[in-house]
Amino acid sequence: MTIHEQIDKDVKSNDIVLYMKGTADMPQCGFSGRSVQILQHLGVPFKDVNVLASDELRQGIKDYTNWPTVPQLYVKGEFVGGADILMEMYQSGELKQLLADKGVA
Amino acid sequence: MQQTLGPIGHLLETKLHAAFAPAKLEVVDESNQHHGHAGANPSGESHFRVRISAADFHGKSRVAQHRMVNDVLADELKTRVHALAIEIV
Repeated sequence: MTIHEQIDKDVKSNDIVLYMKGTADMPQCGFSGRSVQILQHLGVPFKDVNVLASDELRQGIKDYTNWPTVPQLYVKGEFVGGADILMEMYQSGELKQLLADKGVA
Repeated sequence: MQQTLGPIGHLLETKLHAAFAPAKLEVVDESNQHHGHAGANPSGESHFRVRISAADFHGKSRVAQHRMVNDVLADELKTRVHALAIEIV
């Protein structure tokens, strides 16, 4: 399986996936840590994928999404945004609404 | 404390001005907040925040707006710039 296929499979077989630096328990970057906190505040379960685990994955997720930075949030196979977008959507209530609309909250 | 922009920061400013003719543009070097963090360049200019307002962004989704900024700064993001916070204002 190529890295592209692996990512495709992960985002489509899990309701919420957060690509991040480090793990939900031990984030290795402030932006990733804030994204974890947002999801935890919303009380939704999510799969965390540590991009630092492999260079192939770290580059692969940037290419897959065509997005230059990590973290990246996927809901039901759809890219929602990075840390800034998550924070804005969280503060405005849009993220909660999106999760409800997608039937995952 | 806000840092004075160095050459990379000025380059980001120049590129964004050229691409969007923004009504408002602020490039902030936040590298000193990430000192010693993986990806931080010892000589600074690795972490930036961009606050930008431009007509081109109107009516676009957040992801689309961020992609427009990221595309303009793609070369810098691939090399020197480790993190770019974007605020469309």
